[in-house]
Amino acid sequence: MTRPKVSIRGLYKIFGGDPERALAAVKRGMGKTELLESQGHVLGLQDINVDVAAGRITVIMGLSGSGKSTLIRHLNRLIEPTAGEILVDGEDVMKLGPRALLEMRKTRMSMVFQKFALFPHRTVLENAGASRRIRGETADVADREGRRWLERVGLAGYENAYPAQLSGGMQQRVGIARALTSDSDIMLMDEAFSALDPLIRTDMQDLLLALQTELHKTIVFITHDLDEALKLADHLVILKDGRVVQQGEPQEILLHPNDPYIVDFISDINRARVLRVRSVMERTQAPPEAAAGEIEENATLESVIALSGGDTGKVYRVMQDGAQTGVLHMQDLVRALVPTAASEDGLRAGAA
Amino acid sequence: MAFYTGVFDSLGLREWCDADKQDGPLSMAQLLARKKAAEAGGDAQAAMDAISGPAPFPSLDELHRACDAVPRTRDFTSGAEQLFLDVKDPLKVVLDPITQPLSFLLDESLALFMWLPWYVLIPLLALLTWWATRSWKVLALVAASFLGMAFIDHYDYAVQTLSIVFVCTIFCVILGVPIGIAMARSDRLQGGLTPVLDMLQTLPTFVYLIPLIFLFSVTESKLYGIAIILYAIVPVIRLTNLGIRLVDRDVIEAADAFGMTSRQKLWGVQIPLALPNIMAGVNQTIMMSLAMVVIASLVSAPGLGVLVLRGIRNLELGVGLVSGLCIVLLAIVLDRSTKAALERIDRSER
Repeated sequence: MTRPKVSIRGLYKIFGGDPERALAAVKRGMGKTELLESQGHVLGLQDINVDVAAGRITVIMGLSGSGKSTLIRHLNRLIEPTAGEILVDGEDVMKLGPRALLEMRKTRMSMVFQKFALFPHRTVLENAGASRRIRGETADVADREGRRWLERVGLAGYENAYPAQLSGGMQQRVGIARALTSDSDIMLMDEAFSALDPLIRTDMQDLLLALQTELHKTIVFITHDLDEALKLADHLVILKDGRVVQQGEPQEILLHPNDPYIVDFISDINRARVLRVRSVMERTQAPPEAAAGEIEENATLESVIALSGGDTGKVYRVMQDGAQTGVLHMQDLVRALVPTAASEDGLRAGAA
Repeated sequence: MAFYTGVFDSLGLREWCDADKQDGPLSMAQLLARKKAAEAGGDAQAAMDAISGPAPFPSLDELHRACDAVPRTRDFTSGAEQLFLDVKDPLKVVLDPITQPLSFLLDESLALFMWLPWYVLIPLLALLTWWATRSWKVLALVAASFLGMAFIDHYDYAVQTLSIVFVCTIFCVILGVPIGIAMARSDRLQGGLTPVLDMLQTLPTFVYLIPLIFLFSVTESKLYGIAIILYAIVPVIRLTNLGIRLVDRDVIEAADAFGMTSRQKLWGVQIPLALPNIMAGVNQTIMMSLAMVVIASLVSAPGLGVLVLRGIRNLELGVGLVSGLCIVLLAIVLDRSTKAALERIDRSER
């Protein structure tokens, strides 16, 4: 694997008056609740190690209070960590001086916010070109780039409107255009779609995926919505109480959750829509005896069920780029739809 | 025998008390007691004790009667006076030159306003109103008010008052906005300045004038200029501070995330977004300087206040009432035009 674009190493964040002393206590093994009770400090993040691959979408998921928004703000140092390092292209962000930090925020990272955070006194076009203007580029360049990206996110014709005149979904399109106009490799998206209503949210997710297929940005996406996480993620990091509970390929986490918390989390989702054929097929080059047809590796199980008409006896040949990569037995497919047994008697029973 | 004599005796302080015993000047209460005693043919000391009552509060005066080493309240007041007189001269050396521009501007602006004939100044004011408000209604109000005041021969006084308000407001904005910005950026400065602002706002307006009269000569226009500015600067400082603190934190975070320097943030985000609040502060400042300019006529500020003062002093009821109404009219004009300007800013934000 190539070098990760962003690499977070041993990151700690403790909120309170004397974080250094609290840090020592945490490293000795003190938990979040205990720390709050005995020392009055809040443990925000604890020993975070995450690699963000270049050109991929890394989704950090967790419920509110899990520290996900705190984590993303460490990447561009809107929040200073208590300990640990953050490497961007191998360079430690923590060692940057004030000027170099501003330079990095201007050119290498852009950010999209949950509440849009557009400049309300600027027009849509001025907002879109803001990053260019901040860098000191001319109004011509800023407007040209701004216009280009506004058009790309489907807002042509709204250049002279003010943000307050647009709907939430449109405002977030401006937010995305503003981030894209900066032309940075890394895009940080902090619950970017959480404030939008479900239909608009789906639209925006599709827009992001469409943009990503041609732009290949390195995206760090924060969400509390598992469906959104599974839809967007190339790499999924699940955060709980400031700790990484599990990270990896979404399919992998879905099929092999390693923590009751995650088991509980994933028990409610529509597995047929999220799981892909490649995750449940039998990997073999040998052609099956009576293939009912050929399907693609990345097809969702839902589409295969529709194709089979519900017949569990069928067998499919799985193809990728014209060659067979495996065989899918419909029985395996159906079995994969049942959530891990643990979810039935695990956390749920424990909670009862 | 005073009530607290026993206390000093039992503490063994009698010697200290009587160390430099001398009869200071009599207080009014003592004089009265002596006179009463003389009339009744009794003992002055007994009469004095009778005034104090059975258990007097241990005030300075009361303690002094028991022990001469304790200073009296009038020593305390004269101490305060002496302290002020002592720092007065060095203070004057510093304050005089830096406040000179204020005197100069007040005088020059007054001269300019008086020099401009009415048929130039009134259209000029109307034009200014139009530029700031773009409202025919306000424009008509301004023109009608000034023409009306001119018609009853109060034009000169009104224009003098207006000139002083103009200059003082400009000074308040130039000084107050930066102070407000500094306050918004530092919690410590805010903590330190808030009580000062509270004091400036609650101190009775006449009290401002007392130390100023000692510091500057009454003929200098900066005397009333400073009094007005001290009183009227408070709202513009407060509302600038508030306005900048109220700027949406998400927007500030976005500005940070895109690498704005703090200067870019201040001029590009914070001040524009705080502008409605700052303008509301300016409106308040104008109203308060108008209130103060009337009181400042006690220390030679020209304008409508002089007429009000004449009305009070000579019991010229009509003069006082009419000039008072002119001040109200001026206040309405200034308030409506600044509010209309403020509304225009608000609209363009949306």
